[in-house]
Amino acid sequence: MRTKLLATACTILALAAAHTASAKTLVYCSEGSPENFYPAINTTGTTFDASSRQLYNRLVEFKRGTTEVQPGLAESWDVSSDGLTFTFHLRHGVKWHTTKTFTPSRDFNADDVIFSFERQWKADNPYYKITSDNHSYFSDMGFPALLKAITKTDDYTVKFELKEPAAPFLADLAMDFASIISKEYADKMMQAGTPEKVDQEPVGTGPFMLVQYQKDAVIRYRAHPQYWAGKAAIDDLVFAITPDVSVRLQKLKANECQVIPYPAPADLDSIRKDSNLILLDQPGLNIGYLAFQTQKKPFDDKRVRQAINMAINKKAIIDAVYLSTGIIAKNPIPPVMWSYNDAVQDYPYDPEKAKKLLAEAGLPNGFETDLWAMPVQRPYNPNARRIAELMQADLAKVGIKAEIKSFEWGEYRKRAQNGEHQMVQLGWTGDNGDPDNFLHVLLGCDAVETNGGNVAKWCYKPFNDLIMEAVRVTDMQKRTELYKQAQVIFKEEAPWVTIAHSIQYVATRANVVDFKLSPFGHHEFYGVDLK
Amino acid sequence: MLRFVLTRASLIIPTFVGVTLLAFLLVHLIPGDPIETMAGERGIDPARHAQLRAEYGFDKPLMVQYGIYVGHVLRGDLGISAITHQRVIDEFRQLFPATIELSLCAVIFAIVVGIPAGMLAAVRRNSILDHGIMAMSLTGYSMPIFWWGLLLILLFSSVLGWTPVSGRVDVAYFIEPTTGFLLIDSLLSDQEGAFRSAVSHLILPTIVLGTVPLAVIARMTRSAMLEVLGEDYIRTARAKGLSPIRVVALHALRNALIPVITVIGLSVGTLFTGAILTETIFSWPGVGHWVVDGISRRDYPVVQGAVLMLGTVVMLVNLAVDLLYGLVNPRIRHTS
Repeated sequence: MRTKLLATACTILALAAAHTASAKTLVYCSEGSPENFYPAINTTGTTFDASSRQLYNRLVEFKRGTTEVQPGLAESWDVSSDGLTFTFHLRHGVKWHTTKTFTPSRDFNADDVIFSFERQWKADNPYYKITSDNHSYFSDMGFPALLKAITKTDDYTVKFELKEPAAPFLADLAMDFASIISKEYADKMMQAGTPEKVDQEPVGTGPFMLVQYQKDAVIRYRAHPQYWAGKAAIDDLVFAITPDVSVRLQKLKANECQVIPYPAPADLDSIRKDSNLILLDQPGLNIGYLAFQTQKKPFDDKRVRQAINMAINKKAIIDAVYLSTGIIAKNPIPPVMWSYNDAVQDYPYDPEKAKKLLAEAGLPNGFETDLWAMPVQRPYNPNARRIAELMQADLAKVGIKAEIKSFEWGEYRKRAQNGEHQMVQLGWTGDNGDPDNFLHVLLGCDAVETNGGNVAKWCYKPFNDLIMEAVRVTDMQKRTELYKQAQVIFKEEAPWVTIAHSIQYVATRANVVDFKLSPFGHHEFYGVDLK
Repeated sequence: MLRFVLTRASLIIPTFVGVTLLAFLLVHLIPGDPIETMAGERGIDPARHAQLRAEYGFDKPLMVQYGIYVGHVLRGDLGISAITHQRVIDEFRQLFPATIELSLCAVIFAIVVGIPAGMLAAVRRNSILDHGIMAMSLTGYSMPIFWWGLLLILLFSSVLGWTPVSGRVDVAYFIEPTTGFLLIDSLLSDQEGAFRSAVSHLILPTIVLGTVPLAVIARMTRSAMLEVLGEDYIRTARAKGLSPIRVVALHALRNALIPVITVIGLSVGTLFTGAILTETIFSWPGVGHWVVDGISRRDYPVVQGAVLMLGTVVMLVNLAVDLLYGLVNPRIRHTS
């Protein structure tokens, strides 16, 4: 015990000595604690912020603040003409972190890539079950069915063979679950009988190294001095875990932290007025919508769906519920996504025209329906119940009597996927910045059956043909064209009322330079500086 | 005395069984399938859902699950968190010292301020002081902790800048969690200003958490004192010519303390519940916040483990109070 205490004291002194007084420290008041430091078994932004975004790299990366894919640990890649083989040429000289439990003996190479994916793919891999075997995103993005083989031709060339062409594949590899972890470290920890350390005391190639995690309190990072893209401007990064939203703002104002996520909508004005603070905003990669059960009457009639689109006052909903944290949605994909079709015209708010359309459809006196509202707050919908109430009032004006229903969250989503509703509120947050991730997952024909994300149960061949072709084609321009056409058809057929895209906000001190909001809601600190 | 101790101690076993049963059943009464809740919008493959259910043992009958659970508990295994995949007992051990530190400070604050306040109110009965103290105690008791905490932060941290906003210590201090009690660890770390920082971070959370117990202790002390001060032996003591301070502090208080000790013991339970809100506001990394997170995420093992551990602590504290009671009041230990 005494020697341990002495060793600890010496380590602290040594670290302190190695650190000059002019070290730049940035404190980020995060909203919650990470589950662990292995991104592949988690799905929350909180955990990704603490792990994959600071500690790891991927073969390809999203350019800061965008959904554009750029080289990461792979300098370049070739795609075979049939779209089935992706060959990645890996970067040379990428150094792993040196921590108190590990000193790397070699640079990053193809073995690490193969291990990182096989850990999530092959049940017989010794690390498959370590910490957890629930590799959610690897499954969700369809990788078990998609991947045929991952092989290396030499230490710096890795080949991914797919079973069928998949244009979004590259964007998938920029996602957090595809973070590259160290095979050497994993082998060493397995030999030492402590494999779980790989996920609790992580080693990556990323811009920051984990120094210490005090559970639920503080996470400390230090800049990786040999980061391949150049050492971060910030020397010490600290996550001060602050769950309460009002307290986060007070800490920001007191300069106890320099960046805070998710400020409360009611505080946005006061942040804007404060000259010591900057408010950054960006529409999130999400959509909140009201879906019609198009396999149930009267929602199988396009006129009824269009009428309801015209009966609902979306602006009033944004003003009352989203306040300034949402923008009206006209398309099923958000404006920040490539191929967003701005030429599409939204339905006007026109209750008179709505009544006329309903009469044409044989429902001059309206009809009765249910209207489901989520019991929880979601990133794309701050208060589903309130929105349901506003919609109920709007629909009553055109003779439609809507009964508001709600279930416990897990139940809600399951029943919606079973198609038990007539009208249901739901939403989606994008994973990889590819339109396929919205249009196929939420509106494709193969997503109609139970468990699929198509709660409108809408299978429309012209739309489906377009999006299925867009998955097979790799030429960006052609894909953009196809998706633009799909959005036009969507608007005409109206299987949903697209409600809003929520805006995400981050507040920083005025001396924080170049913090960029990610459309994925991530908080990255490489490239950020303090004046 | 020994018989008294043994009788009281033997009650622990049925109480403990009751706590495990309650911890287990209550958690399973929370609506919603934990696996579905974890899946969110993404949904989950039915095969995968069935697999996870089997893994967590949710597919077995409730009483069988309970039996397995008790078996594990008796071996010291509280299970693995469904969210972090760490052992529940390890997480509890990491977080509990923070809660103890805060609760202890809150209790000491409540006693040090509450008992004298109650005594003063009793001695100056029906005066402005008495009414003032009782009014403040009623306010303190009725105040929502969340609001009270935010109010104090706004005043003392934001406007006046006298105290820090939240956390246990300034993030600039890198303190190794040797004991888990930051007051001790900061002294051990030998870093300049670390101890002061730890103390200043304790001030507001202690006041907030200690407010309700303070109010209860003050009122209890006052009414117990009033009862005692009306007794014959007090009149005798005064007639004997003893100084008022000796009468009140030595004779009256000692007897008045008996119900107050009981109330202090009961307060421990309140402190843990109050700690949940206080810990959230002040970003205090203790078990209160951990339990709340576990409930909203349907992390059954964490909620069960926390209810069990906290229930056990409350049980042991009340046992200690009972024994102390017997020590302080000879009539109790001789009649049992």
